[in-house]
Parts: sequence; C-alpha cells; structure tokens
Amino acid sequence: MMQFTDWDILRNLLLAARWTLLLSLIAFIGGTLFGLLLTFMRTSRRKPLVLLVRGYTELFQGTPLLMQLFLAFFGLSLLGIDVSAWTAATLALVLFSSAFLCDIWSGCIESLPKGQWEASRCLGLSFFQTMRYVILPQALRVAIAPTVGFSVQVVKGTALTSIIGFVELTKAGTMLNNATFQPFKVFALVALIYFMICYPLSLFSQFLERKLNVSGKH
Amino acid sequence: MSYQLNFHDLVPYLPELGQGLLVTLELTLYATVGGILLGTLGAAARTSRSRPLRLSAGIYVELIRNTPFIVQLFFIFFGLPAIGVKLTAWQAGLIAMTVNLGAYSAEILRAGIEATPKGQWEAGRTLGLTRFQIFTRIVLPPAFQRIYSSLVGQCIIVMLGSSVISQISVEELTFSANFIQSRSFLSFESYLLTALLYLILAVFMRRGFGLLASYVFRSQPR
Repeated sequence: MMQFTDWDILRNLLLAARWTLLLSLIAFIGGTLFGLLLTFMRTSRRKPLVLLVRGYTELFQGTPLLMQLFLAFFGLSLLGIDVSAWTAATLALVLFSSAFLCDIWSGCIESLPKGQWEASRCLGLSFFQTMRYVILPQALRVAIAPTVGFSVQVVKGTALTSIIGFVELTKAGTMLNNATFQPFKVFALVALIYFMICYPLSLFSQFLERKLNVSGKH
Repeated sequence: MSYQLNFHDLVPYLPELGQGLLVTLELTLYATVGGILLGTLGAAARTSRSRPLRLSAGIYVELIRNTPFIVQLFFIFFGLPAIGVKLTAWQAGLIAMTVNLGAYSAEILRAGIEATPKGQWEAGRTLGLTRFQIFTRIVLPPAFQRIYSSLVGQCIIVMLGSSVISQISVEELTFSANFIQSRSFLSFESYLLTALLYLILAVFMRRGFGLLASYVFRSQPR
C-alpha cells in the first residue's frame, strides 16, 4: 500500500486545483458570452424575448445547481450525445453563470436613468448605437464589481461537478481521504485552497466597488 | 429524437418524493431560524467596538463565503469526527446549512446596520439607553427591514444548496430523486420533476416571506 506524506496530499490537491481553475475559467467566459446575448434580449423591450429571458433566469436561479448538472448529464445522453462529466459540467455551469450574469447586468442597465434612452432616441441613435455609445460605457462601471463577485460563485459552483464524477479539487479531496483516512487534514486543505482562489477575487470585487462607487459622485 | 419522456412510471414513487420534500422543508426551516440568529450575532460582533470580536466574526464570514458549501459539509461530516466530534448525517447537514447561512446573513445584515444614521445612536444615548438596548430596539428592526429581500434571497439559496446534503446520505429531496432514478432508470424524468419541485418551493418561500414581512413590518413606515 502506498503511503501518502503531507506533501503528497498537498501536491495532488494542487494538481487537481488546476482543473477547478480551468473549469471556472471556461464557465465564466462561456457564461459571459451567452449572458451578454441574454442581456441584450432582455433589454430589447420585445415582449416575447423579455419573457423568455425572464423565464430562463427564474428557472436557473430557482433550481439547485446540482439538479442542473444532473439534467445536463442525463439530458444530453437522452439526445444521443455521448457525454463525459467534463461536457455536462461545462454545459451546466455555462448556462448557470449566464443566467446570473444576465440578471446582474440587466439590473445595472436598468439602474441607469431613463432619460439616457430618451435623449439617445431624440438624437436619432439606433438601439445598438445607444447601447454601444451611451448605455454600456456607463453600465460597465456599475457592473464590474458584482461581476467579479459572481466569479467567486462560479469557482464554488465547480465543486459540485465532483458529484457527477469530474475530478477537480473536491473530488481529489474525497479520493485522497479514501486513500489516507485523514479527513480533517484533507478537507481543511481543500477548503484552504478554495479560499486562496476565492478570497483574492472577493477582495478585488470589494476594492472595485469602493473605487468605482459611482452613486452621487458625478 | 426518438426518446419519449415517461413520467407515468414515476407515479408509484411520488410518496418517496414527498418524504424527501418534507425533510428538505424541515432542514430549511431549522437552518433559516438558526442561520438568521447566528447571522445577527455575527453582524453584532462585526459592528461591535471590540477588536477581537470584530476580527473573529470577520474571519468566520470570509472563511465561509469563500469556500464551497460541499467542502464545508464534508469537513463537518468527515473531518470533525477525526477530532472527536461525532455527528449524524442529518445533524452535520443542518449544522453546515446553519453555519453557511449565518455567515451570509451576518454580511447582509452588517450592511443594513451600517446604513443606520449616526443620529439614531446618539439619540438613543441621550435617552439613557444602553448600547445593547439601542442595538436591539432602535438599530436592528429597521436594519432587518432594509435588507429583508436579500436575506430572503439568501435563505432560498441555502434551501437550494441543501440538495448537496444528499451526498452524505441524508434522505432529503435530491436523495429521493437519486433513489427513484436508480429504481426506475428514468433519470432525466426524475431529476426534471425534482427540479420543478425545488422551483415551486423557491417560489413559495418567496411568497411566504413576503406575507411574513407585511405582518412583521406592518407598524413601520416605509
């Protein structure tokens, strides 16, 4: 039987943490792209589009991420697609992130005074021109801190993919625990590594919030 | 697509799903009450004048907010027995939910407390109230009212997060879903139905808390 030293445990956890980071990054980027599309749809003021997006965000915010992972895992295979845990995890996390990011961003856009839209209309700007030159530059300032804050949720969300068998930090932790029988040490280390990934993001988000706090400073 | 969704064969398993739903409800109820109490203490500590209190509450909040719930759960259920704290799965699940909600609600409530105008503290002191009296009678009620909707949102997030507790074999809603899909082989249908139940639960929680608010905050101007 193989003996694990503390260094072996830590090394294996850190190796597995790469997958946590990679999955978080992909989920966040995918969620950003899809979330942007949803945000545009939601601010377009076309009733069916708005309702559709609202239903979508409600659905993903009102059900557990774990259920979404299971549904992605078993739903894709119903469609005849051979899914790995990796595919299912990516799909579910991208959809999950896009719903939350869409909600954050449309909140930011709606927080801008209505007069901005009206003024743009008066100047003859189209929807996309208004977005590009008037709304987005202002909304971006408001949106950046909560967006960075949400990235913490994405990193923590990836921990659930261990349940459908994706080997990332949490899964590596349970495997190492099964091999070493040192649950206290292993899970404390796992928690510590997550903390070291998430805490800087949280701090950065708080810093941005203070720095870009735009309310009443114009 | 040739596959036909088959919900009909799930009907015999509905009692199991109901059982699971009850356990989830029970856990959520206890965790909500415990978590908000813990959060109030945490927020009081974070806004107190004592530096060690502020620091330890801050460490608690940041540690919980920056680690995944499932890792907290595993640490409590698998890790703590190694140092002699033995818990059943149900207890471990409830503690994990409570501690988790406690940290988030402490942070939410702190924002509500810090928004209290300074004059209210001063007015309270002038009237001869102790710090404790000012905190519980003047500062806390409007602070709760200010942050009520974010607090409700967090309680719902914790309820949804409780699905993870199935992993330490607490027989709540997701556990029932796992059981049913392993018996019926209708995995997609089982999870779809369960997800729907969670959605309904979330909607009802929001409604319920809304009704509670109109009762609790009835006398306060808004």
